[in-house]
Amino acid sequence: MQSEGPLTIPSRVNPLQQYGPAVLVFVLVMAAWELLVFALNVQVYLLPAPHIIAQTLLEQASSLFDKGLYTFREAFVGYSIGCTLGLLVAVAASRWAAVADALVPYAVATNAVPIIAMAPLAIVWFGIDEGSKIAIVSVITFFPMLLSTFKGLTTCAPASFELMRSYASSPFEIYFKLRFPNALPYVFNALKINSTLALIGAVVGEFFGGPAFRALGVFIKSENAIAHNVQAWAAIVVACAFGVAFYGVVMLCEKWVMPWHVSQRER
Amino acid sequence: MKAEDKPQSGAVRTGLNGESDSSMNAMDSIIEIQNVSKYFGVANDGVTALKNVSLSIQPGEFVSLIGPSGCGKSTLLRIIGDLLPPNDGKVTIKGKSPSEARQDRDYGIVFQSPVLYDWRSVRKNVELPLEIMRVSKAERERRALQMLQLVGLNDFVNRYPWQLSGGMQQRVSIARALSFNPSILLMDEPFGALDELTRDRMNIELMNIWSQTNTTIVFVTHSIAEAVFLSTRVVVMTPRPGKIEKIIEIDLPRPRDFETRQQRRYFELVTLVRESLRESL
Repeated sequence: MQSEGPLTIPSRVNPLQQYGPAVLVFVLVMAAWELLVFALNVQVYLLPAPHIIAQTLLEQASSLFDKGLYTFREAFVGYSIGCTLGLLVAVAASRWAAVADALVPYAVATNAVPIIAMAPLAIVWFGIDEGSKIAIVSVITFFPMLLSTFKGLTTCAPASFELMRSYASSPFEIYFKLRFPNALPYVFNALKINSTLALIGAVVGEFFGGPAFRALGVFIKSENAIAHNVQAWAAIVVACAFGVAFYGVVMLCEKWVMPWHVSQRER
Repeated sequence: MKAEDKPQSGAVRTGLNGESDSSMNAMDSIIEIQNVSKYFGVANDGVTALKNVSLSIQPGEFVSLIGPSGCGKSTLLRIIGDLLPPNDGKVTIKGKSPSEARQDRDYGIVFQSPVLYDWRSVRKNVELPLEIMRVSKAERERRALQMLQLVGLNDFVNRYPWQLSGGMQQRVSIARALSFNPSILLMDEPFGALDELTRDRMNIELMNIWSQTNTTIVFVTHSIAEAVFLSTRVVVMTPRPGKIEKIIEIDLPRPRDFETRQQRRYFELVTLVRESLRESL
């Protein structure tokens, strides 16, 4: 797309340049952690050394991965429901001012409520298994998506609406040619924020109860309770890996869907 | 599409709008503005942007509206283009109301900022109105390339707007406005944000485009030099309340080019416009 002619911008493709600093920081932090634990003789239940966590992680890889997958599934289903509903309500609110006036203030207010406090209630309503976690994740991902998308759908330049008006375009065309593309960066922002929120919601939701030996959050809590802190650490690493992977996939989609956006332009 | 149907004296007027007797004296004109007034805010207490403005524009004319800020020139342009309703008076476009004219896609509009869509390549931006008008894909592409050629951007069709300079972006927006062959081009200070050299070049280009396309152009500007160089007539407007002070025929020979700006008559006309503007203040 931007390959020929005098305006081509030099691209920054060298992977060493791009990822080198982050890898270096990781190595340094791990080394410092290892060294401190050794030097100060920190007890393993307080803070295990990285190599011990890594070892546990490898030994129990398959069972930890299964637990991670189970929790990720909850997070993903909740995320899909919450994001879809948020998107739909945002579209309705941008189309009918009455919907926006009626809903957006509550969306803002509810967004300030720590939804996770509702987790015990969610268990009563939706059961101790996936149901309650999916419900929690749906709710916490709904609001960022609603607010962000609503903003994206409504903050187009006034002249761009006038332009569409001058072509005598229908409201439908205004959505598909202007509002939706304009909202896309906002939608992806919410998708990214929600990808990590979803996993947090699912794991913390599981702290309040869930299928033992199958869910990551339940495992972290129970291992922690019997002083198996290394296992808990390993599980945290797994949760982290799923979260990062999820975020990464969403980011790749973003790159693929909107190569034109400011954030994608080569620096 | 519509370039051909510029109304020729009388004959074109069919039964469609037979009811209007006021349009009888407006038979030749493509844009007829009668006693238009526009207020902003509360009547009496608000701002009178336009007061009893009347103007008639012939097909193929290039009319510039010039005046200080607040004289209502942009407001008048927006009323012509059905982006704003007048409070009083009547605008007739080819015998139709502005709203009907807009539905018929009679207007191409160029704003002060290019208003390009970031997510569309240059070519896709030019194709936007054609997509809305359900023009076939092949035809859209052909027209877009033709228009981009006309504004000298054939090497940049696949770029994105943000990869272009301000002047190039404005050329894309002109290409977009012309892509569906509107009979009227409304331009609201299109070169206001450009440096003077670029502006001079754009003026020449616009001049060429105008002579090649038969489009009627209404052009809002702050620049006296630009107005005199481009126009068949310059409409000098004054503020508070916005009204027409004077209409000056620009009888410079065509084709006009860089040398036109060195002619004695050019300077006389520039002075004439400047004096009318000064008198009005």
